[in-house]
Amino acid sequence: MADGAAPVLDVRGLKTVFRTRGGEIHAVNDVSFTLRPGELLGVVGESGSGKSVTMMSLLRLLPAPPADIRGGTAMLNGRDLLAMTDAELRATRGARVGFVFQDPMTSLNPVFTLGNQIMEPLITHKGMTKRQAETRAVELLDLVGIPDARRRLYQYPHQFSGGMRQRVMIAIALACDPDVLIADEPTTALDVTIQAQILELVKELRQKLGMAIIWITHDLGVIAGIADRVMVMYGGQVVEQAPVKELFANPQHPYTRALLQTIPRISGERSERLKVIEGQPPILTGPLTACPFRARCEYRHDACDAANPPRRAIDGRMVGEGHDVACHWHAPAKAEMANA
Amino acid sequence: MLTFTLRRLLLAIPTLLAISLVIFLLVDYAPGSPLSDIPLTVPPDVRQKMIEAMGADQPVFVRYLLWLKQFFWIEPMTQFDYWFGTSYMEGEQRILSWQTRSPVFSIIGERLPQTLIVIGTAYLVGILIALPIGIYSAYRQYSIFDQAGTLVAMIGFSVPTFFSGTLLIIIFAVWLGWFPTKYDTTLEVTDWASFLEQLRQMAMPVMTLGLANAAAISRYMRSSMLDNMSMDYVRTARAKGLSERTVVLKHVLRNSLIPVVTVIALGIPSIFGGAIITENLFGVNGIGAALIGAIHASDLPMVQTLAFIFAVLIVLFNLIADVLYGFLDPRIRYD
Ligand SMILES: Nc1ncnc2c1ncn2[C@@H]1O[C@H](COP(=O)(O)OP(=O)(O)O)[C@@H](O)[C@H]1O
Ligand SMILES: [Mg+2]
Repeated sequence: MADGAAPVLDVRGLKTVFRTRGGEIHAVNDVSFTLRPGELLGVVGESGSGKSVTMMSLLRLLPAPPADIRGGTAMLNGRDLLAMTDAELRATRGARVGFVFQDPMTSLNPVFTLGNQIMEPLITHKGMTKRQAETRAVELLDLVGIPDARRRLYQYPHQFSGGMRQRVMIAIALACDPDVLIADEPTTALDVTIQAQILELVKELRQKLGMAIIWITHDLGVIAGIADRVMVMYGGQVVEQAPVKELFANPQHPYTRALLQTIPRISGERSERLKVIEGQPPILTGPLTACPFRARCEYRHDACDAANPPRRAIDGRMVGEGHDVACHWHAPAKAEMANA
Repeated sequence: MLTFTLRRLLLAIPTLLAISLVIFLLVDYAPGSPLSDIPLTVPPDVRQKMIEAMGADQPVFVRYLLWLKQFFWIEPMTQFDYWFGTSYMEGEQRILSWQTRSPVFSIIGERLPQTLIVIGTAYLVGILIALPIGIYSAYRQYSIFDQAGTLVAMIGFSVPTFFSGTLLIIIFAVWLGWFPTKYDTTLEVTDWASFLEQLRQMAMPVMTLGLANAAAISRYMRSSMLDNMSMDYVRTARAKGLSERTVVLKHVLRNSLIPVVTVIALGIPSIFGGAIITENLFGVNGIGAALIGAIHASDLPMVQTLAFIFAVLIVLFNLIADVLYGFLDPRIRYD
């Protein structure tokens, strides 16, 4: 993942609002990020921080209404996903971008065979005949480590375990050799050993196929092992973003630090209770006019109530390329506040 | 699936026997006498003879056992004789109507085709109208089409058929004169002209019942589609880049049809039962009309037999619905 290479995916100023009966919910607020070829970008944040809505907005997979994508661009290989016609978008979904969802138990259609569901994108996008698609489907099942693939093609989802179904979902997402694979908490619904197997599988597939991956999780521990770069989300915005080693070594945002403390440590004291972040995530009923984390932040200050801090680079590079953070305690604001 | 079906068929036997007993006793203890229409001037001894001739003087359990034998042995074998020209059942007593003294099954055989043609067509028309409306209403939930559909369905639900049927008669038969007011049971379809005539006389009863059926089934289809539309697998289908058409008409529809098909199967016995009110309203001389006539005349064998046939059909179609469910939903395997 050459640092200078043009990004496969370049998202800028994404804003998604839900219009509900109780008023608007500003779920995604000015989110920008890039994804370079072959890179694995980890996205972390508590549940409700806007991770899924961000990614689903890119492919316009949210039901509209209530979802309304208010602004932003999402350039995939130079073409704006958010400006595409429906037909162009359909030709992109499943072909250039593969999506794996959180719950493998409900993500497959219960009344069609696996073969049918794997072959669908092949026939739709690659114009394969049924026979060609079948051959390719067997290859794909082999690829994701499902034994006895040819026979299993004719089985139904309920005949597979959760882990196996998630492998099938990955096979479907990878069917057309996409440039980007988006995995939205693909292991959250699985138990720990299966989680580890799926992680191994994805690492291996990445080596083999070289696609870029966005890996969403609320577990920083998972990210540490696989990501190149990490983006931390809170209140529907990016609060910190850095290469994975840098983030773990030098976390800047109080929220990131709190998240890091919630990772259970095997070597730690047995009696030590798992830490949780006190307080509730914000309810986003309007545009953010103050730091969304302030109510739960031990460093809260007047400035935090006055304005929503923008992302600032802390290593002299461009925002989004090196290490950046959205916190008032940060230079130059930090110095100003210390003087005040 | 086969063992399941066989097991269910075996289980149906005691169920049906129990039902037959209940029906028999209930009908028997109901007030009314087959002789109530006979003038009081008929002397008591003649009256007694008439009762004996009908077998109505026997104790109820004797009549029940006789009826069982007639229903399960004599009647099927009589049919066998008729088909194969044999004469095993010659001289055996069939179930006779007290009202007409002719075999109950002959009467049913005459009446059933009328009912099946009219009520069956109405059911079919209802389904054919309901499914597309239900699908489209769900796909465009809260659109003008959906709102209009909801309104019409509400009307179809809540307006009784004797009202909507009468309305149709007034508008289309009396005012416009497009269709005959009364259904002519004796009409035989022999050529194109009589076929058209048959269509014309069927139009109003079919519309009346068809719309009532369509109202219920379209609502059912709609809500089943809506249930499935928000499922995760639908999002997966969209994320694969499938067209809206494939997403809705393949992925959503196939799942939504499962409960709807079951409900349709469960409704089929009502076709055989006839739509009593509609048949009477339009003068369709079918099973429903026969049942009403038999009840009025306290014709116990006729009422008991018809009610029991109806019970058999309900049990049978319950089984068929279960088997269909197993076929349509791969998650359900009965063995
Ligand atoms: N269909 C919806 N209608 C209204 N609000 C929604 C809807 N879907 C998501 N949201 C809101 O968007 C916010 C972000 O949700 P999400 O992206 O799913 O979080 P996560 O980071 O756990 O994936 C949440 O506050 C949620 O309440
Ligand atoms: Mg989520």
